[in-house]
Amino acid sequence: MSLVDIADVVKRFGSNTVLNGVSLKIEPGEIIAVIGRSGSGKSTLLRCINGLEPIQAGRIVFNGTVVNNPATDLKKLRQQVGIVFQSFNLFPHLSVERNITLAPRVVKGMDPGKARDLAAQVLARVGLTEKIDAYPDQLSGGQQQRVAIARSLAMQPQLMLLDEVTSALDPELTGEVLKVLEHVARDGMTMMLVTHEMGFARRVATRLIFMHEGRIREEGSAVDLLSKPRTPELGSFLDAVLH
Amino acid sequence: MIREFGLIDVYYLLLAARWTLALTGLAFLGGGIVGLLIALLRVSPFRFLRVIGATYVSIVQGIPLLAWLFVFFFGLPIMTRIQVSPWVAATIAFSIYAGAFLGDIWRGSLQSIPPQQWEAGSSLGLSFSQQLRYVIVPQALRISIPPTVGFLVQLIKNTSLAAVIGFIELTREGQLTNAATYRPFTVYIVVALIYFALCFPLTQLSRKLERGLRVAR
Repeated sequence: MSLVDIADVVKRFGSNTVLNGVSLKIEPGEIIAVIGRSGSGKSTLLRCINGLEPIQAGRIVFNGTVVNNPATDLKKLRQQVGIVFQSFNLFPHLSVERNITLAPRVVKGMDPGKARDLAAQVLARVGLTEKIDAYPDQLSGGQQQRVAIARSLAMQPQLMLLDEVTSALDPELTGEVLKVLEHVARDGMTMMLVTHEMGFARRVATRLIFMHEGRIREEGSAVDLLSKPRTPELGSFLDAVLH
Repeated sequence: MIREFGLIDVYYLLLAARWTLALTGLAFLGGGIVGLLIALLRVSPFRFLRVIGATYVSIVQGIPLLAWLFVFFFGLPIMTRIQVSPWVAATIAFSIYAGAFLGDIWRGSLQSIPPQQWEAGSSLGLSFSQQLRYVIVPQALRISIPPTVGFLVQLIKNTSLAAVIGFIELTREGQLTNAATYRPFTVYIVVALIYFALCFPLTQLSRKLERGLRVAR
């Protein structure tokens, strides 16, 4: 059984159709990179998977749970599906430790000592052990994003959604965040990431998806798609991004 | 009989100022409870509850405080045959009034927290009330302190309206002193100075908190 099964999903904002019949299956361990122009629906697709955006038609099933069923407990679902945002969205009033341990403690009822150990452990994975007592505003953008990744890892999700996590960072900081993600990917995490980093997609993604006007226009291995685009849309997109 | 205005009158005015403070305290407590409820209704995910909160605020803010005092002091006994003391009437009226304004201040503070903070909380599996408690309220609290203190100053001054229903606080005591000494200028200058002495430290505090906010994380 696939970890995620997306079938004929339609998402509208008012009269604007953002997803127009998207179907996709994600197997455990896959790293799926989603590319496409702004407005092609890639971020929206990501946000539909953990129920941040309701959908108007179709079906999204995560690990046997129907996400778009009103009876589904989204709190339970979101403990298993982590999401990292473009703008980090750390809690500015909490230290790095508290940012990471908040959900394990209040949602999972973990005791504070254990939670601190967990924070140290996930911070080690993103290379920020020494920042455990810092506050978000004392960190660079890249460090903040790595803390956000650590915060998501602390919930031990079965799937991580990454929404243009390097778009707000300069090239140097982008590099450090991508390195962290590559490590997380190598550890076997299932990931779906919306990205403009073609090099990263080629190196890390097990599958590449090109979205265009609310539909999946092309799909396949990153190497194939990036070197031999089959549709003119992907071709002109790649021309624009790579040159 | 007209007597001289003396130190003893200043002393009595200061004693009466206690009741100004007591009424302010009660109104702030009652208004705080109402205000908290209203603020929570207004940020709730349910439209129905938001409408209730908004309706309360527009009704209360659209009616003069004096009218609320009259409604509870003169109106309630007629409707329910229960005599209400100026204390009870003033406390209820001021709580209702303060509740609307505090509710609005606190709603604004809650809504000034970027929606991405809610999103980050809910994405981690936090419930609505957990998001409020651990993520939104601690941040909103900081933002709300200066305007809340500012409103407290308004509240202190507005308690003078309770004088019209016979509630003996600073202003009412001033009227009585004036009636006995017939020195309106002196009496009301003293009354004004006492109000100023109560309010000035609070306005300063509010300014200081506001400055502090800019440097606090």
